[in-house]
Amino acid sequence: MTDIVLDINNLVVALGKQPGASRIIDDVSLRVAERETLCLVGESGSGKSVTSLTVMGLLQKGSLIPTGGSVKLVGEELLTASDRRLRQLRATRMAMIFQEPMTALNPVVPVGRQIDEVLRVHTDLDARARRRKILAMMEHVRLPDVERIFASYPHRLSGGQRQRIMIAMALVLEPKLLIADEPTTALDVTTQKQILTLIRDLQRDHGTAVLFITHDMGVVAEIADRVAVMRHGRLVESGPLDGILRNPLMEYTRNLLASVPSLVPRAPRQETNEPVVLEANELCKIYRERSFFGKAREVPAAKNVTLTLRKGRTLGIVGESGSGKSTVARCIVRLIDPTSGGVRLVGREISELSRRLLQPHRKKIQIIFQDPYRSLNPRVTIGESIAEGPINYGMPRKEALSKARELLELVHLPVDAISRYPHQFSGGQRQRIAIARALALDPEVLVADEAVSALDVSVQAQVLDLLDEIQKRLGIGLLFITHDLRVAAQICDDVVVMQHGRVVEQGPAAEVLTHPKEAYTRALLDAAPGRGWDFANFRPVAEAAE
Amino acid sequence: MLGYLLRRILAAIPVMGVVALFVFLLLRLTPGDPAAILAGDNATPEQLERIRTSLGLNEPLHIQFFTWIGKLLHGDLGVSLISNVPVLKMISQRIEPSISIALSTIVLSIVVAMPLGVIAAWRHGTWIDRFVMGLSVLGFSVPVFVIGYVLIQIFAIDLRWVPVQGFRSITAGFGPFFERIILPTCALSFIYVALIARMTRASMLDVMGEDYIRTARAKGIGEMGVLLRHGLRNAAVPVITVIGSGFALLISGVVVTESVFNLPGIGRLTVDAVLARDYPVIQAMILLTSGIYVAVNLLIDLAYTLLDPRIRY
Repeated sequence: MTDIVLDINNLVVALGKQPGASRIIDDVSLRVAERETLCLVGESGSGKSVTSLTVMGLLQKGSLIPTGGSVKLVGEELLTASDRRLRQLRATRMAMIFQEPMTALNPVVPVGRQIDEVLRVHTDLDARARRRKILAMMEHVRLPDVERIFASYPHRLSGGQRQRIMIAMALVLEPKLLIADEPTTALDVTTQKQILTLIRDLQRDHGTAVLFITHDMGVVAEIADRVAVMRHGRLVESGPLDGILRNPLMEYTRNLLASVPSLVPRAPRQETNEPVVLEANELCKIYRERSFFGKAREVPAAKNVTLTLRKGRTLGIVGESGSGKSTVARCIVRLIDPTSGGVRLVGREISELSRRLLQPHRKKIQIIFQDPYRSLNPRVTIGESIAEGPINYGMPRKEALSKARELLELVHLPVDAISRYPHQFSGGQRQRIAIARALALDPEVLVADEAVSALDVSVQAQVLDLLDEIQKRLGIGLLFITHDLRVAAQICDDVVVMQHGRVVEQGPAAEVLTHPKEAYTRALLDAAPGRGWDFANFRPVAEAAE
Repeated sequence: MLGYLLRRILAAIPVMGVVALFVFLLLRLTPGDPAAILAGDNATPEQLERIRTSLGLNEPLHIQFFTWIGKLLHGDLGVSLISNVPVLKMISQRIEPSISIALSTIVLSIVVAMPLGVIAAWRHGTWIDRFVMGLSVLGFSVPVFVIGYVLIQIFAIDLRWVPVQGFRSITAGFGPFFERIILPTCALSFIYVALIARMTRASMLDVMGEDYIRTARAKGIGEMGVLLRHGLRNAAVPVITVIGSGFALLISGVVVTESVFNLPGIGRLTVDAVLARDYPVIQAMILLTSGIYVAVNLLIDLAYTLLDPRIRY
């Protein structure tokens, strides 16, 4: 029998010590053995992160308190351990990496010194030995040019490099347990794939037990040996990967898997001869960095982007971060001014109109943003937010508010939402509100900039359905910007693949996403986690093809 | 970095130019004839004319300006209308007490306030935090002259540890210098301790919620290391801003303290000049104060780049 490294039994974490205090973690039991990866899966608020922070002893003092059960690390009880003992165990026996490698590293200390700190606290090595060990570890996590990176500040490194630094820092003392809390969520798919492979390889070499927290079923399929599903602080079910993906026992797990959009594009819709509502022609956006003495440096964010969108159709722009997809969207909506090239909106060239002349055309194109928590003014009621646009365009207030009510119904929200404030709604509900606000001006084109990226999969599925339904009813043209190929496969008629500000490939989604012509598109598809699984049908893609 | 320093110094020239122009116009555009002020109430028209000619007041305005700037660049700030002493000499006699007090106050305030702020943030919501914040409210609300007189009563009159008032130059020995500036320093420090402690606490509270603090704890670093190495350095930027502008204020504006402790500083020099309408002195003081603010701002910006590698110019 393999050794159990982490053994959590009937853990309860509550908001305070009183017996009646509400339980954030309720009776959770988990085990992770040496060389094993347990994926802890669940939607936001399910308690996965609280579980991991409890293990590390990093819960915020005084607010969240473990009130029952036990957490054992290689046989040693952690819940009753002293602060001093916990500090000794951290980095030596158990280590953790986090979601955002940018914010998880101290911005004002060179990364080499941040790793060095671990060795200074926990070992007696002298400066030279420590440096040798760190450089070796940095090479081990496949960082290039380690001497330079050792002395670099975090903001000088890419997201992937920063996460490698975090991994080097976590594993430099070869802990028995590595807790990875959504370590690849903030990374691009190709980088994500490299980091997942790295964690796998290091685990194989060192026999580390990994508790991997994620909301992404694709990642689960790539890395898990066993899976535990959590919801509302309780364990729903757990078991080996294959068992969970093929025969989930619980209704919640089935729904969770069924919500994962498939990478196989949906059946293509009939081509139409509807009029073109949006055209971008050789669109360019170049940022100039001014320099006091030297020549100005030019940074092209979008180069010669040409695309066409017909009424009632959905065009996706896909690409990794920095590919220029959001820049294109913002140029098209004229939130920023393109450097050159044209944008035709319903037959009218708008790229060179002045702000004032643009005004009457603005209502024809509306945008929904990624983060529904920040795109609604927190001090304005939902009704006012929705009605503000029409009122600006001359609609009487009473009429605008009654329109807001109709729109709330259209996006399946209760009519009484009109007098409430954004903080009273969940993320998915807020995104519905954002959609209602965009629709209030009866636009011909709706631009969705990563509009479902911040949402849990089940909510994501609902919002995608809603967009689809609205498009069918109103015949709107939808420009859908996303980094998620699964989402693109399920909603787009056509896709444009972008890299480094240029269009790499474009065509019907069914074609581009199944038979990509360009190497970059292929690399993107290859890197998509869990591409071998058809989650919604509980079987591998290979079996579905038979 | 050197290029940045050079650019900032060059950029300070137009700022000081605008200040100089304003200062020049101040005398020419204020109601009343400068010559009449100079000559006093009983002067004859001939006397006034003589003064006008000697001061160049009959020349066209732009000639007057360039003559004035030329003298200024040679260190000639004019002569006091009241005491007939060159202004430069008056300032050089008065600057030592002001700079001594400003420096010692800032140093004492930082030494006391930053640890207080850090501890208050670390023990956020406990009695320690409430105690520090209470102290800070007290520092803000009690006028500096009250604190000054209380300190004089206790330490100079009752305990007789230090002299009641006055100033000795540091060239006369550190002992006499120190025992005369310690009370005004303490009195002035109250408000700055309150200010800096509050700022440090707020800034630390922001920083302590950051992800990298969690990372530092996950590394098994002791609380002290987490607070100082990871917390304070990141929290320092806004605190430095407050310290810098506080220092500039201290040099030019501690009239009350100077009066309470009978210190011959430039704060009182300025007030006396304003009351007596001693224009050359007022002009010099405005120039000096602006110069100090420009210099302190430059130092603050340089401190930013040293503290935070992301800030580059």
